[in-house]
Amino acid sequence: MQGLRGGIPGHEILRGIDLEVLSGEVHAVMGPNGSGKSTLAHVLMGRPGYEASAGSVTLDGEELLGLPTWRRAQAGLFLAWQYPVEVPGVDPAEALAEALVAGGREAGDVPARLSAEASRIGFEERLLTRPLNVDLSGGEKKRNETVQLSVLQPRFAVLDEIDSGLDIDALRAVARRVEEATVDSDLGVLAITHYPRLLKELRPDVVHVLVDGRIVATGGPALAEELERSGYGAYGAPGASEGPWEVGALPEGGPLGP
Amino acid sequence: MFREDAVTPSRFTADAVAALPGPAWLAEARQGAFERFQASPLPSESEEVWRYSRIDELDLEAYSPALDGPGAARADQALAGVSGLLSGAGRRAGLVVAGEGGVLQAELDPGLASKGVALGSLASDPDGASLLGAVAQAPDALVELAGAFVADPVEVRVPAGVVVEDPLVVVHWSSQEGGASFPRTVVRLEEGAVANVVEVVASPDLSGLVAPVTEIDVAERACLGYLGVQHLGRRVWQVAYQASRVGRDGRLTSFAASLGGHYARLRTDSVLAGQGGEAALLAAYFGDGAQMHDFRTKQDHDAPSTTSDLLFKGAVAGAARSVYSGLIRVRRGAHGTNAFQTNRNLVLSAGAHADSVPNLDIAENDVRCSHASAVGPIDPEQRYYLETRGVPPEVADRLIVLGFFDDILARSPVPALAPHLRRMVAARLADPVAGPEEEE
Repeated sequence: MQGLRGGIPGHEILRGIDLEVLSGEVHAVMGPNGSGKSTLAHVLMGRPGYEASAGSVTLDGEELLGLPTWRRAQAGLFLAWQYPVEVPGVDPAEALAEALVAGGREAGDVPARLSAEASRIGFEERLLTRPLNVDLSGGEKKRNETVQLSVLQPRFAVLDEIDSGLDIDALRAVARRVEEATVDSDLGVLAITHYPRLLKELRPDVVHVLVDGRIVATGGPALAEELERSGYGAYGAPGASEGPWEVGALPEGGPLGP
Repeated sequence: MFREDAVTPSRFTADAVAALPGPAWLAEARQGAFERFQASPLPSESEEVWRYSRIDELDLEAYSPALDGPGAARADQALAGVSGLLSGAGRRAGLVVAGEGGVLQAELDPGLASKGVALGSLASDPDGASLLGAVAQAPDALVELAGAFVADPVEVRVPAGVVVEDPLVVVHWSSQEGGASFPRTVVRLEEGAVANVVEVVASPDLSGLVAPVTEIDVAERACLGYLGVQHLGRRVWQVAYQASRVGRDGRLTSFAASLGGHYARLRTDSVLAGQGGEAALLAAYFGDGAQMHDFRTKQDHDAPSTTSDLLFKGAVAGAARSVYSGLIRVRRGAHGTNAFQTNRNLVLSAGAHADSVPNLDIAENDVRCSHASAVGPIDPEQRYYLETRGVPPEVADRLIVLGFFDDILARSPVPALAPHLRRMVAARLADPVAGPEEEE
């Protein structure tokens, strides 16, 4: 990302973001409410209603801005949703097979791969036959996102508040699978999160602090620990009283949970 | 509009009615219907039950009664025309193929025949007179016209206590260019009988008028699954009427799949006549190009503790239209009634349009009734979600539309045909007809 600016038309929320994530790396973007974290995910993926007004986003040299969402996905970008949408009547295997076919990839073994990935992260196999996300709990939906990520094998994943709505076991399983993908398939990860507890499980190589649409600090894992102690106040965040947090002490989903 | 207004002499004459073959009781029934047809006005969009329809565009004079003749339907053509559906249905207990002039072919499992199951020509049934019209009271002139020109009704009769495992299939095939055909089916399940019936009304691509009438009589404790598939050519006008009656503790699951036709109307009047009777009333419809699908339903509760559960789901694309108008009627004395009515429509293009008008008329207190209707486009969140997986938007839309129909297809009374119906919708989605221009 170079000089990325954008938001919703008439309202610029991202005010120039420069960020480079190498394959196999995990970067965390942390920030208080309203700092632009979710907007960053939407602008990267090309959500309708959001736009990049300036800057560049490339994935292995390919410019993503200007491409429709599905082409960005085909270029190797994956978004794990904060609140995955229910898609009634649509079979997960069929949807993933269509995605793979559209990219000219092998799709015949999707059901088998789904089963294998589901058992790997403790997503009940019977839930795979349900329409996409329909009647799944918050935690099951997040596991389901991770199962899909594993089957699609993107090159780069944006995890939008993947920890919200997850109990600690599910969080651990999801984080472990994502970490394995960084090793096995060199997956690059941008984990957007409000709470440091995710980073106890998904250990970042680099931590960025996003405040008011800008990266105001970048550091190693120690930065997350510091945020845990002192909150975002030191970075001039409005409502700086947020934090510190005690890891594990949050209710299911945290205050942002569903 | 009254008959006197007609400029050209009608081909729907008393002489034509009188010339139809069949037993005296059938001739008499036809004649009575013809007299009532002549005495009643043709339907008009000014009537509530025809509001939003295209009935004012119907030009009866453009059609001739389709009878036996050189252009009449042949069984082999009919079977070829619906071969996909027949193979999709899998094993069947019996098959009747009827054309404009009546039954062309009938076969029935000999074991069932020996138990008294009847599948074939009603005209040759000694009880035919008492079965025809036992359930259906013609609500308008076009149903009377259908009664006047019916060649030979198809009967499906299952005697008391007989269970028919595999579906009984009825195929009505219309093949005369410019013809008006009047398929008629009488389904009667006697006490405690169990059966599934598939009725297909189909044609090749031609210009024609098809006015099917289906009577369904489910006696005490009987259980009928009825799947009606409308697969007419895209220039055909269909004005269909289905009347059903469910007796005490009887159960009817009726499913209408409507894909073809230029203007395709189905009116269903479902009477819950006996205590504890239940009806599940389902329909799935898909239109594109210049098609219009038009459904009018009545759930008529005339006995205590009866249940009706209606779910109609449709999608319109291109410049297609659809209308759903439904009435739940709970008569005095029908306490303990449960009646539900849901209509959902997906509008897939800016040029398409769906109307949905639910109504309640309740004369009892102790009842549980609800109605819901929805008309809207594909949820953009759902499309975006699939796009974030790498699914192209047009594929996402196809998946979402098929998914929209998934729950209702899963309730097909003949489960073996659910995948076939899904494939039919998928084929339409894969090869859309955009606007009326493209159909000229």
